[in-house]
Amino acid sequence: MNAVFNGALWFTQICVVLAMLNATARLLIGPAAQDRALAFDSLYVNGMLTLLLLGIRSRSTAYFDTALLIALFGFVGTTALAKFLLRGDVVEP
Amino acid sequence: MSSSTLPLWVTIPGTVLLVLGGLATLVGSLGLLRLRDFFSRMHGPSMTNTMGAGAVLLTSMLAFSAWTGRPTFHGLLVAVFLLTGAPISTSLLIQAALHRAGLRSGA
Repeated sequence: MNAVFNGALWFTQICVVLAMLNATARLLIGPAAQDRALAFDSLYVNGMLTLLLLGIRSRSTAYFDTALLIALFGFVGTTALAKFLLRGDVVEP
Repeated sequence: MSSSTLPLWVTIPGTVLLVLGGLATLVGSLGLLRLRDFFSRMHGPSMTNTMGAGAVLLTSMLAFSAWTGRPTFHGLLVAVFLLTGAPISTSLLIQAALHRAGLRSGA
């Protein structure tokens, strides 16, 4: 039964890596700036999922703090990008 | 995965959740890549944010609860950050897209 779980872990890791490739393609070909910002948002969530799956595979909780930091700073980055696209400036006087 | 095997109450829900989460992540990113305009593309990554991340975090909590021998809830913090951050950034991105398309003057 443990082999089935291991196989599902492999399947999910391959799916997340393919999703990261799709998000990178959208990041490169995105016609407008908001498409690139959305692709960056999807890319950091997929990277965080990759770290969580690596943590399950290696049975170490050290990856988990990194995933927490990526979730926090990715949200800050997407919000700053959207604010810049909306107003032309991030920190307003 | 060799020193101690996982019990059955982790492997069955864990396998189902992992496969569902991986499929949701893949389908969401395909939607991000293949849909036509920006407002359609907003739908894709929300699947990744909710279902993919939720399934992986639930599996992580189940597996670490079995390995450490006590209930572990460390995934809840990431889930809270993701689930509060995703609607805010989505709303801001939609406002920015509407502003750039000229559909809304003031912002």
